[in-house]
Amino acid sequence: MKNVMSNKFVIALYTLPALLLILLLIYVPITLSGYYGLMDWDGIGEMKFIGLENYVTLIQDKMFWTSTWHSFLLAIFSTASLLLYLAISLVLASKIKGSDLLRKIYLIPMLLSSVAIAQLWMKIFDPTNGMANKLLEMFGVENTPIWLADPAIALYAIFIPVIWQYAGFYILIYYAALKNVPDEVIEAAKIDGASPLQIAFKIKLPLISGVFKVTIMLAVVGSLKYFDLIYVMTGGGPNGASEVMASYMYKEAFKLNNFGYGSAIGFGLLVICLVMTWITSKLTKSKDDVQY
Amino acid sequence: MKKKAFSTVMSMALAGSLVLAGCSSSDTSGDSGESSSGDKTVVKMMHLWPEGSSNAQYTIVDDIINAYEKENPDVDIQTEILGNEQYKEKIKVLSASNELPDVGITWAAGYMKPFVEGNMFASLDDIVQEDKFVAGTLDAFSVEESTYALPLELNITPVYYNKEIFEKYNLEAPETYDEFLNVVKTLSDNGVTPITLGNKDRWTGSMWYMYLADRIGGPEVLNKAINRTGSFEDPALVQAAEEIEKLVDMGAFVKGFNGLSNDEAKGYFMNEQAAMYLMATWELPNYTTTPDVAQEFKDKVGYFKFPTYEGGKGDIDSYVGGPGVGLFVSEQSKVQDEAKDFVSYLVEEWGKRSVVDAGVIPATVVDTSNGELDQMYVDILNDLGKATNLTLYADVQMSAGVADVHLNQIQSLFGGQSTPKEFAKTQEEALAAEE
Repeated sequence: MKNVMSNKFVIALYTLPALLLILLLIYVPITLSGYYGLMDWDGIGEMKFIGLENYVTLIQDKMFWTSTWHSFLLAIFSTASLLLYLAISLVLASKIKGSDLLRKIYLIPMLLSSVAIAQLWMKIFDPTNGMANKLLEMFGVENTPIWLADPAIALYAIFIPVIWQYAGFYILIYYAALKNVPDEVIEAAKIDGASPLQIAFKIKLPLISGVFKVTIMLAVVGSLKYFDLIYVMTGGGPNGASEVMASYMYKEAFKLNNFGYGSAIGFGLLVICLVMTWITSKLTKSKDDVQY
Repeated sequence: MKKKAFSTVMSMALAGSLVLAGCSSSDTSGDSGESSSGDKTVVKMMHLWPEGSSNAQYTIVDDIINAYEKENPDVDIQTEILGNEQYKEKIKVLSASNELPDVGITWAAGYMKPFVEGNMFASLDDIVQEDKFVAGTLDAFSVEESTYALPLELNITPVYYNKEIFEKYNLEAPETYDEFLNVVKTLSDNGVTPITLGNKDRWTGSMWYMYLADRIGGPEVLNKAINRTGSFEDPALVQAAEEIEKLVDMGAFVKGFNGLSNDEAKGYFMNEQAAMYLMATWELPNYTTTPDVAQEFKDKVGYFKFPTYEGGKGDIDSYVGGPGVGLFVSEQSKVQDEAKDFVSYLVEEWGKRSVVDAGVIPATVVDTSNGELDQMYVDILNDLGKATNLTLYADVQMSAGVADVHLNQIQSLFGGQSTPKEFAKTQEEALAAEE
């Protein structure tokens, strides 16, 4: 067996199917969308080569930068919310009563499909009959907000379900990481007279910092390419107030029949995601990784 | 060692076959296989009324196909049926690879234009019988004086209202705009939502604007702005926008309308939380035949024509509306003559049955004398007969890019982010840029 596995030819043979699939399903489409970005194409008729015109338009397109800004806002909010998730998991992992049940409750939104979540929250945000405004009215608020219809708050209103939707996922990751912290270390700290807070900040958090970095990366990239709830709940409206990069790309390519320009936006999105991934990994990199 | 090598190869082969199995295709639907239709002319048709969700339309088309095949034994019509959204997607993919079915369904004007320009649809000038269609419906399916699809549906947009709510406040269906404003004011003073509007979808608000533009400036003014013989900054078009602003300030529309979809907004009317609802006649089944809706509610619903504006040029019998879908014949089709013959047969038969069986008003002239129809249908069809003008939905008239500007501006105007002047100016610029 050892012989077979060290044979270069066999190694190549075994990786070939996966390599082919990745090439076919990921790299070829990426290259193609970059190429379509050079075309004036409505997705139906003949393609016309126009060089870099789409990309020049993209750089000057105010709507594109507005939607990029919205995507970045989402990235900032979801990264900030990681701290909240971390706090919750610290509590859950500290063997309090009912933590098992709570963990399952937090996980529920993750099991729902995005469209179901969107429908649910659209009902909650309904300006007249929705739960949110009924609650506010109960507390005597007179001019209740119109949530998804108000350009000033529509985007932030959608952030609420987005952050709620992913809570279970991150809490689960942190919970698992915290459970991996060896009990002996904590026992030793307790014997040395460390308070629970000291244990959390000086022992548990440094030990799971690797996982924390990974989740930051996931949250940033996931936010930048976020699409589903925005598309279902407002479709990017009112008048572009909640447009993000991915929804703008979809709109240009499929709704407005600018397939070439849509591809250019998609390529721009890819470049922004790559740059942000690189920056995030630089920022979170530390030389001395904490070891047990 | 040999055995190892053998198992390596075997597992590779297994993995390979898995990959290949994923790629194999499995579609082709139709009444009969290729073998039995060897000597018949096969006409392939795609439509968007699946048996499950649009049973009435499905049955009509199916019956017509059977009747046609009986009359023309040498023709075999094979159908492929998809739901609305999948249909739209598939048609795009098929046209990109030049594999459109011989006969298929298309939407009007702006949607159809890229297909016509890409030389995908055949001209139907040789089979169209203009006198059979309601005036104006063919225009929506024409590009440069040539017809490229035959319309199946026609919708106009009356204002539906809840008679019970009106009676409670001693109101009557308004005929002039001043009466209409009075209705709105009375209702909103009494804490009743006067009008429900799902302006997240944007074309819904566009219909209100189009009617005001029509009643103030006459039917031509908006069309002229769009076809560039006029300007969007025409005083009548700005005035119409000012009237919208006034309505919004009066609290005429349901709270948060810019965040509600049309379906959500419709809920307010169906639950009697709002008194009026401007929508196309595709809603009629909900107020007449649909079994899921309580008869009690159906009895409360009436409709009125959009009221006239004092000193305005438009009359009360002018409507905003438009044909829904139409039938096209593919330019690439090898059986174009048969396909065209079938299309004209289908359109004619469809016209005889669609109102009674499916509640769909066809684009062909309907005979209402046989008494099988619900009164509301008869009234609407009679109104349609008296119509002086039919203005096609603005966003359908425009190209996709300009339509998006128009619709966004509609949302901004209703939401108070654009003043009437900015509203007109932005659209004028977008239209001018495209010339």
